[in-house]
Amino acid sequence: MRPSAELGSIAPEERREPTNVDGGPDIAKNGNMPSPAIEIERLSKEYPHGFLNLKKRKSLEDLTMRVEAGEIFGFLGPNGAGKSTTIKLLMRLIFPTSGTARILGKSIEDVSMHQNIGYLPEQPYFYDYLTATEVLDYFARFHNLTTADRRERVQKLLKKVGLETAKKIQLRKYSKGMLQRVGLAQTILHDPQVVVLDEPMSGLDPLGRREVRDIILELKKQGRTVLFSTHILSDAEMLCDRVGVIVGGKLRGVGTPGEMVGIQSQGMEILFELENAAQRFPLLEKATKTGERYRVESSESELYAHLNELKAAQARILSVAQIRPTLEEFFMNLVDADRAQANAVEVSGR
Amino acid sequence: MRNVWVVATNTFREAVRDRVLYNLVFFALLMMGAAILVGQISIGIERSVIISLGLTAISVIGLFIAVFIGVGLVSKEMDKRTLYALLAKPVERWQFLIGKFAGLAMTLAVNTAAMTIGLYLALWTVEHPLVGSDWQLLPAVYLILLKLVLIVALAMLFSCFTSPFLAILFTVGIYVAGLFAGELRTMQAVNLSPSTMRGFRAISYLLPNFENFNVMGVVAHGRPVPLALVWQSTLYAIVYGAMVLAGASLIFARRNLK
Repeated sequence: MRPSAELGSIAPEERREPTNVDGGPDIAKNGNMPSPAIEIERLSKEYPHGFLNLKKRKSLEDLTMRVEAGEIFGFLGPNGAGKSTTIKLLMRLIFPTSGTARILGKSIEDVSMHQNIGYLPEQPYFYDYLTATEVLDYFARFHNLTTADRRERVQKLLKKVGLETAKKIQLRKYSKGMLQRVGLAQTILHDPQVVVLDEPMSGLDPLGRREVRDIILELKKQGRTVLFSTHILSDAEMLCDRVGVIVGGKLRGVGTPGEMVGIQSQGMEILFELENAAQRFPLLEKATKTGERYRVESSESELYAHLNELKAAQARILSVAQIRPTLEEFFMNLVDADRAQANAVEVSGR
Repeated sequence: MRNVWVVATNTFREAVRDRVLYNLVFFALLMMGAAILVGQISIGIERSVIISLGLTAISVIGLFIAVFIGVGLVSKEMDKRTLYALLAKPVERWQFLIGKFAGLAMTLAVNTAAMTIGLYLALWTVEHPLVGSDWQLLPAVYLILLKLVLIVALAMLFSCFTSPFLAILFTVGIYVAGLFAGELRTMQAVNLSPSTMRGFRAISYLLPNFENFNVMGVVAHGRPVPLALVWQSTLYAIVYGAMVLAGASLIFARRNLK
């Protein structure tokens, strides 16, 4: 639980209003239409399974969302939620059952669109018989760069991701974290407008994660659009302009990290100290003591009654704050609800 | 074409660094051993034995490379997910496929050329100087190379829609059936109905006719390889190979990666 400094400023329902249906800013109202970098419309993906592949399993259901140009968008969800499926669909590694998507105004079917896109696959793996320099040069060759330009960019990127000293070693000798760095280098090698990163922090040590975060922030400074999937919520909270939460193949919410955690109010938290530790009153029974401090949770409707009770007991009130769930709690609530729903369907199916 | 070339040169580099060309050491040892032994145990037919052995070795070693590496060209990239980063570049899937094919064809060409030099050295050891009919080895080797390239195309086709194990099985199966395509076409069986015979004939035309590429017996006996056969086989390999690769490209274009 993370207490907020604000005290009941916006009702939970009201906090949903700043975003429109697909979670983007309400462009219809302000009339200043920004061009989205990524537009996804009713994208669905089903996989056949079972005997003779007659059954269908929905991996992604009617996903509609947009990522605005120049923003960092975090795509959150547990494993198997549909994050990688969405990204693979955008990168045309798999094909949608229905729906469409556009990147920089071009259909994802249009290969030329990839001139302006950088993609880091989840747990990237490259040709292990090549060195980092060779693999980057290989990828750079697909981007109409001159030999001199290619060489310069490759060296610059190797330095940027901290692989300058290991550039002549074959990738078969690289650790997972080093491969992740090579992956990141090939993603931004051609200076793309849109960068799509699938679990970019995966396999990295704290220093590596910090470096990736710095690179993402630098991309934003340069006006690039970044879409990245993660289940490390602190990264999303730290980096993202907006996040989308996907659970069970369905998009459950889109907004700024602040909006997302503010959707559900979890009551109020009162911290207080007592002059006389021996005194007793009903609210004290509900309080938890840490050192000299007491903490008690209260609903918004009971707040003033509880404050009066503390005043009568001559307690010293240290703070009163709204209890806001962290992004992690918001995320876990969605996952729990989804599991409960799945169990209910299973039970009724029996 | 640039993208195809980039993928092809990388595939060639992969084959070289994966020590595919190490088979040449085995071939060299085989040829040296044969050259020494043949001189001692066969009188008068040394040349024929060396040529038969050499061409068979070129064909069998090439066959192993074409089938096993051909199947792995696509499936390995999918399994290891090296393909993911590549397909996110401005590269069409067919360009990747043709590039991989061209890369392995280049590898086979270099490998076959090196083995041919080895074969000539062994031949020179047993009957120096070389005679005019020895140059008939070149069209024979060329036809073997065409056959191997066609096998690579088939291996790639199968690996585009099935597991590597099944792709190997299918490729070898088609190769063996293709060796008998001509016989299937001219087969006269008294106990089969005309419709069954027509079915067999149709299948024989669908199968790659690998018999056309085998002139080992002709060359071993010092007879010339008909030029028409070389041209016809070249044309056949180009048309058949193009059709197989077009099929592979169509399948791979809509294939969902894992």
